[in-house]
Amino acid sequence: MSDHAKGGHGSLKSYVVGFVLSVILTVIPFWVVMGEPFDSKGLAVAVIFILGGTQMMVHIHYFLHVTIKAEEGWQAMSIGLTILLLVIIMSGSIWVMFNLQENMMPAHEQIERVRNLP
Amino acid sequence: MASQAHHGTSASALDVHPFWGKLSWDAFPFHEPIVLVTFIGVVLGGLALVGALTYFRLWGYLWKNWFTSIDHKKIGIMYMILGLVMLLRGFADALLMRGHQALAASGGEGYLNAHHYDQIFTAHGVIMIFFVAMPFVTGFMNYVMPLQIGARDVAFPFLNNFSFWLTVSGAILIMVSLFVGEFSTAGWLAYAPFSGLEFSPSVGMDYYLWALNIAGIGTTLSGINLVVTIVKMRAPGMDYMKMPVFVWTTLCTNVLIVATFPVLAATLALLTADRYLGTHFFTNDLGGSPMMYVNLIWIWGHPEVYILVLPVFGIFSEIVPTFTGKRLFGYASMVYATCVIMVLSYIVWLHHFFTMGAGANVNAFFGITTMIISIPTGAKMFNWLFTMYKGRVRFDVPMLWVMGFMITFVIGGMTGVLLAVPPADYVLHNSLFLIAHFHNVIIGGVVFGIFAGIVYWWPKAFGFSLDPFWGKVSFWCWIIGFYLAFMPLYVLGLMGVTRRLSQFEDTFYSIYFIVALVGALFIAAGIGAFIVQIVVSVMRRKELADETGDPWGGRTLEWATSSPPPYYNFAFSPKVHEIDAFTHMKREGYTRPTDGFMPIHMPHYTATGVVLAGLLTVMGFALIWHIWWLAAASFAAALIYGIGHTFNYNRDYYIPAAEVREIENQRTQQLAKAAD
Amino acid sequence: MADTSVKDPVEFFVTEDPHHHDGGDHEEHHHETGTMLGFWIYLMSDCLIFGILFATYAVLGQNYAAGPAPSDLFELDMILVSTFMLLFSSITYGFAVLRMDRNDLKGTLVWLMVTGGFGLAFLYLEYAEFSHLIHLGATPQASAFLSSFFFLVGTHGMHVLGGSIWLVVLLIQLSQRGLTHENKRRVMCLSLFWHFLDLIWIGVFSLVYLTGVLL
Repeated sequence: MSDHAKGGHGSLKSYVVGFVLSVILTVIPFWVVMGEPFDSKGLAVAVIFILGGTQMMVHIHYFLHVTIKAEEGWQAMSIGLTILLLVIIMSGSIWVMFNLQENMMPAHEQIERVRNLP
Repeated sequence: MASQAHHGTSASALDVHPFWGKLSWDAFPFHEPIVLVTFIGVVLGGLALVGALTYFRLWGYLWKNWFTSIDHKKIGIMYMILGLVMLLRGFADALLMRGHQALAASGGEGYLNAHHYDQIFTAHGVIMIFFVAMPFVTGFMNYVMPLQIGARDVAFPFLNNFSFWLTVSGAILIMVSLFVGEFSTAGWLAYAPFSGLEFSPSVGMDYYLWALNIAGIGTTLSGINLVVTIVKMRAPGMDYMKMPVFVWTTLCTNVLIVATFPVLAATLALLTADRYLGTHFFTNDLGGSPMMYVNLIWIWGHPEVYILVLPVFGIFSEIVPTFTGKRLFGYASMVYATCVIMVLSYIVWLHHFFTMGAGANVNAFFGITTMIISIPTGAKMFNWLFTMYKGRVRFDVPMLWVMGFMITFVIGGMTGVLLAVPPADYVLHNSLFLIAHFHNVIIGGVVFGIFAGIVYWWPKAFGFSLDPFWGKVSFWCWIIGFYLAFMPLYVLGLMGVTRRLSQFEDTFYSIYFIVALVGALFIAAGIGAFIVQIVVSVMRRKELADETGDPWGGRTLEWATSSPPPYYNFAFSPKVHEIDAFTHMKREGYTRPTDGFMPIHMPHYTATGVVLAGLLTVMGFALIWHIWWLAAASFAAALIYGIGHTFNYNRDYYIPAAEVREIENQRTQQLAKAAD
Repeated sequence: MADTSVKDPVEFFVTEDPHHHDGGDHEEHHHETGTMLGFWIYLMSDCLIFGILFATYAVLGQNYAAGPAPSDLFELDMILVSTFMLLFSSITYGFAVLRMDRNDLKGTLVWLMVTGGFGLAFLYLEYAEFSHLIHLGATPQASAFLSSFFFLVGTHGMHVLGGSIWLVVLLIQLSQRGLTHENKRRVMCLSLFWHFLDLIWIGVFSLVYLTGVLL
């Protein structure tokens, strides 16, 4: 236990570094929305998601202390599988549902158009 | 809890009494003759059982040795008993449907009204998947896996007991729905918007939701438990590539459970919110999307069928080498196939709703992934065949089930590949062809595997084998019954008969439904023969006794200990050097140590699991009937009791070395007697 | 059956106890690391629950049903404050763990209490936000967007509430028995849980609040 415990608890330095990075990575996206520095919304969304993803990595590394070796690699493996499944579920659902909406739920105007056909 | 925000949402046309909620005398089935007769039968039978248990003073024994037990073997057996009891209930539903359809398709009206028929096919599906197949496979994984890895128990023994009782809790709620109120009519996956409050205002859907929510928590906890057990508690020397294949399939199954049951929980929670809080996730109005429900439920639903079938693939992979006397052909490919199936099962879910209309690109993608998944499954089939090739196959009862499985499952798999073609699916979707297909894989795969496993491991669990004659009767009844019952459904499906119909205008279909009914009666005989087999074997247990602990010439570690195993499983943890560790031990002429026993660290039995699950059952019942005070009270009680349990520090003890020595000496004498 | 070529039984059985049973016990050892791994796997499954809620929000989050949209409702400055409450609570929990590693019970307790305080502040802010929205008529029943918003954010809030209750229980257990092996493990489990909730919150504010207001 002791080896694993020491390895898994981090140090003062790692917590502080993680915290400072998190603060920066939190403040920038809020500023992107509240301060409106970009004209393009797409760019702003991209910045939000990239920084959000980066901050998640920071938390995983500095606060959750996930390492490749912990628990014979099971910790890293399980988080990898979880991320894979999350990507499948979320992108799959969005893809499937977008197609379904597109094909099966014609927009309001289209229905009106059909209704008003001579 | 859901209680506060409820009032003001539509459907409660029924009055909600402050004390009784929606519960009233009308909820009891005095007006339904079929249900009433069943009800009276069950009450009388139940009273007889309770009376017998009281008369023979068995309550204390059951409570102390079974209900509060955290021994993985006893929990495994209890799972099997739950599965068997629920099999009888689920099969009774099937028989009712077959009988009714045979009459209804032959010019009559049958004996079930449409509403009742809807409840029966829903209950049949829910029970067979959640409370028959799941308890059976979980029972096997619980009983066999720790023995195969040379462990003394699972990683979290208390949690194991709690998981079991949560499953029972769900089963109880389903059974209660038969007599108090009614069950869902929305089919086994409760598609929205029909399952929403607007179209299903009765308590039936709520029974469905709370039964599955509670049982689902149990399944998830059990999945976590078994994964950790395999990762952490393997015997020294047992690398991952030396684990028995059943352990591998258990590992992949439980990873799938942990990765998919949360999806079910979240999806059902959203539907529950729609019904209890008036939200609009899956409603037709205010932006809800019923199609999203179908999408989410199948993200869980497809991996679920692999959760059922992977463990029985493991069972077959144990039985085939044992009865062929050869090691399994292609061990590594078997392992990789299992892992590939595990991941692929996650990217095929849309094939359940090709016809919802996502378009050609989406359908093509999911059609192709579905066809790909048959490749690793086919690889497994070839591995079993090549294992048998040039082997000395012994046709004992477990092997008969395996042969029945191999033929039947391949047919079911091929009709599955047929359905995976989106244009074909447009013709066959929602028809009896689909019903025939999934019964073909679930009965031919899962059910045959379960029976094979029961016959195979029964001597290990009870110390005597099952009577082979009645086993063969059961097998032949099942396999003949299966083909008679489901081949006509393929034909009917191709002719366009849709599923879930209770009435038929055209008597042209009559003969097919009558043949199917005869098949169902054969299956009934098969189930009967199985029960006779158990009774006969118990009576002849002296003749059928297994003194050696290794009645079949087994290859894995569970056969290295006595039958039944002592409660600590192994006096000394085994050391593993090869795949098929026990075969290696026998080949090298191992000697069983008869001295030098050490105290063994074991957990205490505890009633916490039973009590907590009991409280949650009451909470579920109260929520179903909108008895808010009782729901709040039982939830609070469960929370406080659960927290209280964390203050219990007296959880384990040591079995003294003297006790171990005594048990092991008995075993030494038993072995000596067997060798004479 | 085993008489020819008898081998030393040691080969097939662990006949020597590597640890004495009242010291660093073998079984105990299994149990300890097993619990951490089991808890970690639980967190992963919880993560998938949130995954479904995020997916639902992503799909339904723009179905306003002629009702209010995110930019009408969300006040980002308050969300920023909430976010900082969670961030502070994360690092104070870290400090508690560091004190625990030094076997400083009092320091651990103090930092855990500070953590709990930030947690409660977060919960209060969320409560205030929700009641403000409901007061405006933006209830979970108003549209699919609001249903999925309340459910996602509310589930996270319920987790924080659960974590806070656990924290209180843990404070009692620590003050009763001190930094025993068992209690240390509990502190580490709650630590994982707490940081995990912070991780989920990053997803919430990025997807729900920031993107919502922006689009």
